[in-house]
Amino acid sequence: MGKVFLVSRLALADVRRHPLEAGLLLLAITAATATLALGLVLHGVTTSPYQRTRAATAGPDVVAGLVNLKLPPKVRKGPLRSGHETIFGTGEQPSKARTASFDALAHAPGVLAHSGPYPVAWATLGVHGITAGVAAEGRDRATANVDQPLVTKGSWVGSGDAVVEQGYANALGIHVGETITLNGHSFTVSGLAVTAAVPEYPDAESAFGVAPFPHPGLVWVTRAAAQNLAGTHPLSYLLNLRLRDPVKATAFVDARTNLPLSLVSAQTILQKDAKLVEVEQTALTIGSWLLGLLAIASVAVLVGGRMTEQARRVGLLKAVGATPALVASVLLLEDLGLALLAATAGLLIGWIAAPLLTTPGAGLLGSAGAPSLTIATIGLVTGVALAVALFATLAPALRASRLSTVRALANAARTPRRRVALIALSTRLPVPLLLGIRLAARRPRRALLGALSIAITVTTIVAVVTVRAHQASQKIAGFSAIDNPRTDRINHALLVVSVVLIVLAAINALFITWSTAIDARHQLAIARALGATPAQIGAGLTAAQLIPALPGIILGIPAGIILVAALSHGDKTVVPGTWSLIAVSAGTLLVVSALTTIPARIGARRPVAEILQAELT
Amino acid sequence: MERVGSLLRARGLCREYGTGAALVSAVKNIDLDVNAGETVAVMGPSGCGKSTLLHLLGGLERPSRGELQLAGRRMDGLSEKALARLRLSTIGFVFQAFHLVEELTAAENVELPALLAGRSMRAARARAAALLEEVGLSDRAGHLPSALSGGQRQRVAIARALSSEPEIVFADEPTGNLDSASTLDVLRLLERLRVAGQTLVIVTHDERIAATADRLISMRDGSFIEEMRLAHGSSTRLGELAGFER
Repeated sequence: MGKVFLVSRLALADVRRHPLEAGLLLLAITAATATLALGLVLHGVTTSPYQRTRAATAGPDVVAGLVNLKLPPKVRKGPLRSGHETIFGTGEQPSKARTASFDALAHAPGVLAHSGPYPVAWATLGVHGITAGVAAEGRDRATANVDQPLVTKGSWVGSGDAVVEQGYANALGIHVGETITLNGHSFTVSGLAVTAAVPEYPDAESAFGVAPFPHPGLVWVTRAAAQNLAGTHPLSYLLNLRLRDPVKATAFVDARTNLPLSLVSAQTILQKDAKLVEVEQTALTIGSWLLGLLAIASVAVLVGGRMTEQARRVGLLKAVGATPALVASVLLLEDLGLALLAATAGLLIGWIAAPLLTTPGAGLLGSAGAPSLTIATIGLVTGVALAVALFATLAPALRASRLSTVRALANAARTPRRRVALIALSTRLPVPLLLGIRLAARRPRRALLGALSIAITVTTIVAVVTVRAHQASQKIAGFSAIDNPRTDRINHALLVVSVVLIVLAAINALFITWSTAIDARHQLAIARALGATPAQIGAGLTAAQLIPALPGIILGIPAGIILVAALSHGDKTVVPGTWSLIAVSAGTLLVVSALTTIPARIGARRPVAEILQAELT
Repeated sequence: MERVGSLLRARGLCREYGTGAALVSAVKNIDLDVNAGETVAVMGPSGCGKSTLLHLLGGLERPSRGELQLAGRRMDGLSEKALARLRLSTIGFVFQAFHLVEELTAAENVELPALLAGRSMRAARARAAALLEEVGLSDRAGHLPSALSGGQRQRVAIARALSSEPEIVFADEPTGNLDSASTLDVLRLLERLRVAGQTLVIVTHDERIAATADRLISMRDGSFIEEMRLAHGSSTRLGELAGFER
């Protein structure tokens, strides 16, 4: 018991002695755990809003889409199947087989009710100088018993009116009372509405299976207006079905894959709506793993730097009888305690911040509310925090515990590595590079951590640049580039991850430089005593950080592109332009130079005589 | 090398640490002239301010007050950069703790000042080889400091101090960490330098080393208390003075 008390007291005393290091360690692990918690708690947040929308709009269990994108050779007139009542009106019929399928679906066993088929015209919408592609669904003024879109603002369709799907209206900034054009015809926006029959923008296309342009919006007009908009082009159709047993909607769809129609269940529509948040969740989860790796690098740098300063303390502990196990326990307990604190802070931040990122999308009713923290989430986040601390601390703690008491009391630094080839190479270079290469070479682990830190940061920046390049390439000829809620959400999540990551990487760069300056103080003092100027020493310390930054950048560029490609699910990845990548590389080097200059200058100006004399005391 | 007047000249040199009641005067009002080719030994007990004085004279520390001239140039007002340049071109240091760079071999340590001065690798290497030859360590050129004895390390440090052909060499307790045999080796080397006309300022608390100098200054509590001119060093009685025979 006494030993536990002693270890705890020593660990606590050390935290008090080094509040800055403890604070930074806490910050590094909290950044990773908060992002991970955020990613985890986003799971399933769109379920409630979708169910709410479904209840309010008499949402269908299955939607059948029939798309006609080419002109049929002849538009048949009259009933297609003599002796049977067709669900199509005169003059709107597609091919016989597909009509028959629609007919069969509407009267299939297990179908309780249906609405439609409603004619859909593919049209070009114009508003505020923007042109975009839409599916204009022809609806009746009367209320449908299945899928009656809920008007959230204004009123339902009438002659010369259009009602715009709320998510799409949001993206285009359309308001009630404004005039829009559809294929050049003017319509007054009579209302905005939500539906559970078609996934909200930008996924409306999946209700049809295919569309003439990607990410079409959805507007409702009268049947006559839809017919008029189609002109000589064939109409597409949507049929909404309510099943006796809604739970069997997926099985209903799976049993009819042979039909020449596109069938989607309400579960699929929910999944499509959830995709909006999923992309955010994926970006945050991957970001949290990158941050976790960066946190390992940060903690390793912090712990390594602290060990350099703590050698004498370790010696004192051992001189008064502390065993190596006790010394290691003190160092481990301190960092694991901070990691637990960071996990708690991360979970709290994730839980509080999640509602800011979990708006279900304008196309659904209500908000998602505060996501709940599950035992699994708490366990995973805590586990990651402890693993980060343990991974970064264990080796230095064990090494410190094994340090000879005499060497530790003399505050002797670990014997530096000797890299013959690098020392030989450095003799041919200017003084700052000579010093920089030798400084980097004497502590390869620190150089590796520096390279890793830069590689992770550049990976993220290049991933952001790649996503932007992809988004820019998505502009469709003839249409304006309009806000895509999914793109906005990806950008939002990437921004959160990038900012946290860059801040953490900046702290890393500062600390690595400071640790180098502390660790190499003796070597640098000798160089100064021999005539190296403070400017040369400062430049050498900065060069020591830039040298590992180079391979970090070289690794980070392809890693960022590969990361985006791996997450694109088969979509073609647009590689950013050469100039963008050169700008990222040059910018990273510039920022690293600027950041490391401060600790390098401070380190280069420490009194030489004091450092050299300290070796004798 | 003939120089009119002193190579090193200090007037009213003071170094204080702390303020108010905690003020400590490590060096008090020192006046000193060192001529070119002269060997001056500063003696005194531990803590009397010898090392601080040496650091002031060599530009490693700045005086609180007083004037300092080296090779006719005022040092006390120089910037850090200018002081560094002066150390590189004019001053050599030998420390009690050797202060060799651990991960560099003996030859690489000796090359260091030449490389810092921007000389070519070839020139630095040739100079290091010549100096190691001079201190009798050619066969140890490729050894790391950890593989050398204390005396060998100090000889490497002396070779390094001579690398930039300095006008003056400051040695801070050069035999303080050495055994008797190694002390003799270093003494012989310093004597050779003295004979060759190298200006030397050595601080020590060891009378045997002081006896090899041209001039001996005693120091106590930060001040010079006595100055004595010796005949011509004691090279002929070196072994006897060092307390052992060879």
